[in-house]
Amino acid sequence: MSELLKVDKIKTEFQTEKGPVTSVDEVSFDLNEGETICLVGESGCGKSVTSLSIMHLLDRNGSVTQGSILFDGKDIAHAKEAEMRKIRGNDISMIFQEPMTSLNPVLTIGDQLTEGIKLHMKLSKNEARNYAIEMLKKVGIPRAEGIIDEYPHKLSGGMRQRVMIAMALSCRPKLLIADEPTTALDVTIQAQILKLMKNLREDSNTAIILITHDLGVVAEMADKVAVMYAGQVVEETDVYTLFDNPKHPYTLGLMKSIPHITNPDDMRLNSIPGSVPSVHNMPKGCRFYDRCPHAMKRCLEEKPELKPIEDKQAHSIRCFLYEKEEQEYETKHAEKEVSS
Amino acid sequence: MPSVEKKEPLLQVKNLKKYYPIKKGVISRTVGYVKAVDDVSFDIYPGETMGLVGESGCGKSTTGRSLVRLEDPTAGQVLFQGKDLASISHNEMRKLRTDLQIIFQDPYSSLNPRKRVGDLLAEPLVAHKLATKSEADKKVNEILEIVGLSKQYKNRYPHQFSGGQRQRIGIARALMLHPKLIICDEPVSALDVSIQAQVLNLLKDLQKGLNLTYVFIAHGLGAVKYISDRITVMYLGKVMELATTREIFEHPKHPYTEILLNAYPIPNPHMRDRNQMVVEGDVPSPANPPKGCVFHTRCPFAKDICREKVPALTGKDHLVACHFPLEPVNA
Repeated sequence: MSELLKVDKIKTEFQTEKGPVTSVDEVSFDLNEGETICLVGESGCGKSVTSLSIMHLLDRNGSVTQGSILFDGKDIAHAKEAEMRKIRGNDISMIFQEPMTSLNPVLTIGDQLTEGIKLHMKLSKNEARNYAIEMLKKVGIPRAEGIIDEYPHKLSGGMRQRVMIAMALSCRPKLLIADEPTTALDVTIQAQILKLMKNLREDSNTAIILITHDLGVVAEMADKVAVMYAGQVVEETDVYTLFDNPKHPYTLGLMKSIPHITNPDDMRLNSIPGSVPSVHNMPKGCRFYDRCPHAMKRCLEEKPELKPIEDKQAHSIRCFLYEKEEQEYETKHAEKEVSS
Repeated sequence: MPSVEKKEPLLQVKNLKKYYPIKKGVISRTVGYVKAVDDVSFDIYPGETMGLVGESGCGKSTTGRSLVRLEDPTAGQVLFQGKDLASISHNEMRKLRTDLQIIFQDPYSSLNPRKRVGDLLAEPLVAHKLATKSEADKKVNEILEIVGLSKQYKNRYPHQFSGGQRQRIGIARALMLHPKLIICDEPVSALDVSIQAQVLNLLKDLQKGLNLTYVFIAHGLGAVKYISDRITVMYLGKVMELATTREIFEHPKHPYTEILLNAYPIPNPHMRDRNQMVVEGDVPSPANPPKGCVFHTRCPFAKDICREKVPALTGKDHLVACHFPLEPVNA
């Protein structure tokens, strides 16, 4: 497996009336061909902005100001719009959360589906239509020959999301970015869509960046996971390690705060106190400081780096707790707490 | 909850129906009905939490809203302490609203953006002429503390709060009149996971402390399991299954319940290759529900009788509406 995407310490800023706001700060991860990475985190943690930065789909006031995005060996962080047009929809494509708003209501499914096919694959109108019907069948749409001439409002939410997937995969992209693809759907429909995505992934060897807030979806889909908090990656590892041995206090808190149907009856939910810091007023040190049960003095002052723990390359976290010398800090802190 | 069953029910829902007419043409002729809630019955006992679950369009919110008469039922009864809410006058209903409160899903749209939190909270007391200004003020402080907000927040406007805090304000407003029953209509669906847990724990603590009865509406089964004593599973306006939380999760009898539980992604990557029962197709339109059992179009076990005859909701403590309920051995 060769490396397809390497996002290295990107910083995305938005210019606002109140001055520049940093939405994504030092986000790094990499992705091999055919691999799936999940970006998890709560609203406002920067997971969507990260993906929009890769796609160059940020609003006009937003831009990547630092870092690099290597796609297929080429830095696209500062690529020109003309170059991006060749990449978007062809090498990298995207599915959005709201299948209702991401389809154009006044064009038929066929019009929208064949647009990219004609442009990138250089097929004739007829060939493109046949190819589009084939794609619709592939994503499990019944009566594809009829549906292709329908307008989006005739389809249910699940069907629209299938159309979006067909559209995204039609040019056989190397990378698919799916931004909360099942959040707006009912659970039974979500199960259908996840199953479809798994099957398509096996067939096509497409790498996927899956953005979600649902750890259940992560466990179903991911090869590796990057947990994000307040614009930063706080923990990154493979999916099994993350669930078996989560390290960052935020990841731990998140895991314990999900009410799940497999939880024992009387288990009380662990909630993380407080709320996410505002982008206008980011703490100087660790951004989880206010809400962290293990917060130390050092966390207030110093910014933790995303580092592999114990030389194990595969598991990185952004926390002082797991640096050796800091273990002492922690015990001291605990003693203090007991004595006070 | 063994003691619950012996008590008198606080609220009884009997054959509740809510149909919305579909109108067409120049003279708005009624051409059909959307059967949002179709013949729903259940009892709620004091101190318990009844969970209402189902996918979008199953009628769970309409049912909830009918319980506090935000919807006028088309047919059927809602008996609150013996009084039928569907037929009493608006004046009487107004008085009863002190006992019946509702918390809405979206804490962004359910609070008036032009009122200060203190005024928002005092409003129910003023509207029901239950307190003088200073009494109301004292009460506001008290309730704010109960829901875990500082009383200094009284002079702020809703936009100055985060989603979780707003939902606390929504809860505080529902508590102002010391209600007996609170309908929680997807109170945590719009919130982030870590905040959801805070609100769920708050609701649980309040129930214990103030002896409240909840109807908890949600589509997230995890939250429902966490808070409910009994659960009603709905599909296309009908009750599919009703039992204690434990029974629903451990021995589901209705194929739909089983499928719903199965569809839920489990946050454990070691279980991803389990044999998952994925149901095909979409929920049919409630304007044109299938004949017979409403679930037969998607049910993997459907037989001829399911297409013809509507199954009745039967059973003593564990009710199920299915011609071929799953045996406990299979479940």
